[in-house]
Amino acid sequence: MEIGLTHYLTVAAVLFTLGVVGIFLNRKNVIIILMAIELMLLAVNINLVAFSTFLNDMVGQVFAMLVLTVAAAEAAIGLAILVVYFRNRGSIAVEDVNVMKG
Amino acid sequence: MQPFVEPDYLPALPELFLAGASVTLLMAGVFIGDRSTRLMTWLACVAMAAAFVMVLVLPDERTTTFFGLFVTDRFAAFMKCLVLVGAAVTLIVGLGYVKREGMNRFEFPVLIVFATLGMLLMISANDLIALYVGLELQSLSLYIVAAFRRDSLRSTEAGLKYFVLGAISSGLLLYGCSMVYGFTGVTGFEGIAEALATTVPGNVAAETGVLIGLVFIAAALAFKVSAVPFHMWTPDVYEGAPTPVTAFFAAAPKVAAMALLLRVFLGPFHELAGQWDQIIIFVSIASMGLGAFAAIGQKNIKRLMAYSSIGHVGYALVGLSAGTPEGIRGVLVYMLIYMVMTLGGFACILAMRQRGQMVEEISDLSGLSKTNPSLALALAIFMFSMAGIPPLAGFFGKLYVFLAAVDEGLYGLAIFGVLASVVGAYYYIRIVKVMYFDQPAEGFDRPVGVELSAVLAGTGIITLFFFAYPAPILAGAEAAAAALMP
Repeated sequence: MEIGLTHYLTVAAVLFTLGVVGIFLNRKNVIIILMAIELMLLAVNINLVAFSTFLNDMVGQVFAMLVLTVAAAEAAIGLAILVVYFRNRGSIAVEDVNVMKG
Repeated sequence: MQPFVEPDYLPALPELFLAGASVTLLMAGVFIGDRSTRLMTWLACVAMAAAFVMVLVLPDERTTTFFGLFVTDRFAAFMKCLVLVGAAVTLIVGLGYVKREGMNRFEFPVLIVFATLGMLLMISANDLIALYVGLELQSLSLYIVAAFRRDSLRSTEAGLKYFVLGAISSGLLLYGCSMVYGFTGVTGFEGIAEALATTVPGNVAAETGVLIGLVFIAAALAFKVSAVPFHMWTPDVYEGAPTPVTAFFAAAPKVAAMALLLRVFLGPFHELAGQWDQIIIFVSIASMGLGAFAAIGQKNIKRLMAYSSIGHVGYALVGLSAGTPEGIRGVLVYMLIYMVMTLGGFACILAMRQRGQMVEEISDLSGLSKTNPSLALALAIFMFSMAGIPPLAGFFGKLYVFLAAVDEGLYGLAIFGVLASVVGAYYYIRIVKVMYFDQPAEGFDRPVGVELSAVLAGTGIITLFFFAYPAPILAGAEAAAAALMP
């Protein structure tokens, strides 16, 4: 069987969905949310690179490099915010993030 | 391999200047230390004022540069002016708070400048990559300023919530971008528009793929303007973030995100107007409804302002649903008036201090007309204006978007909007009632500060006398709308 664009898109869609579901169903730990966010962004990268190869166009790969860079910055900021939050709250369980109800 | 061609830097002069200024401020701050915060804040305002002048001086006609990634036109100029004014004014009203409440660190103005730079890039984006990078520069700076009071549980919780939900919306945006890129083969806005007009129609796979991409991008942008059903971060972040930061969130990023939304829907996706206008109408109705009803039970005034801002986004989107140049002009005027009222409203909230402590409950405003008549009058003006009582500015903002909707035959939407603003009037006017008819509580600390008084006077006068001389604002908005929808 030839592995074609559809297969890559399906894998990416499954990973992306796992990322989104992981954020909303996870009741334990904020770190898991950060991992799920990373999963979403990497799914997008698979999409971009697959399209780039399929279209024979470099722009998709350039986009993927930028996404990687920004994802690293985002993870750094996310962890930093998590650390200051932990210092104030003493817990990073998702159900404890509830001082304001919304 | 093609030789490297030097791009034309001139159209991006305000952004390049602001980028240089922010890095310079950061270095200066590192060397001088936290005692430089006040100086840095004023320098940041000066830099934004200089960028404002550059935006005005640059030629008006549409120019693209950086290989088509960056575009300037009258629309971009109009929105950039709004964003720069909003950012500079929030820095000024925040001066007193930053000093008193232990936020006296030089990074604050620097981060605001970075966020403003990201917004300018968003407004001028002409490519999905430029859009993403600009949006992330803005968002990453905003996550940090939301959690800027790192010793406060509420501020860090607001930062955490904003970060998680903002990161989801970035992921949705990216997924949408990747689908659009994959099925049109380009990332440039002109290229996407061309592909949607020529190659995509008739190809079922491409049509579906682009439509999925469009829905994801629409969801992410709705998130950024905090429209229902992607509004859930707004009340918590507005309540928890330090008040000057909340003022900033309510003013500048919302205007920038609205500019991005207009540019994306009316530029590359204009061909799909039949698909997205249903989304916009639904989002608009849901936002107006939620903004009107959910704010009624609020006791915290920052939370109330959050629901109020959700409602205002709904009203502004009525103009986009109409999809005509008049509608777009209505959106631009609405965003301008909204920003003025919001800045004024938050200047009042920043003046709410009792014995050196910030207070945020609506009940703390009881009898303000006895203890501080001028502050009560200013807040009453903003509240009446937000409720849309003529002849204040807020009435005209709503009038233009509703007229545009009626002209396009969207009677149901316009009627729902008017009814929602009647319901919304209840909670705005309740604040006026609390200030003027309730038993006086302990008064607020005086004096409120020179900067706050100046901003209150300025925004109050614009809100009060907009009707007398609206011509320059209307003409500017009309030219900007014409640039977007020729």
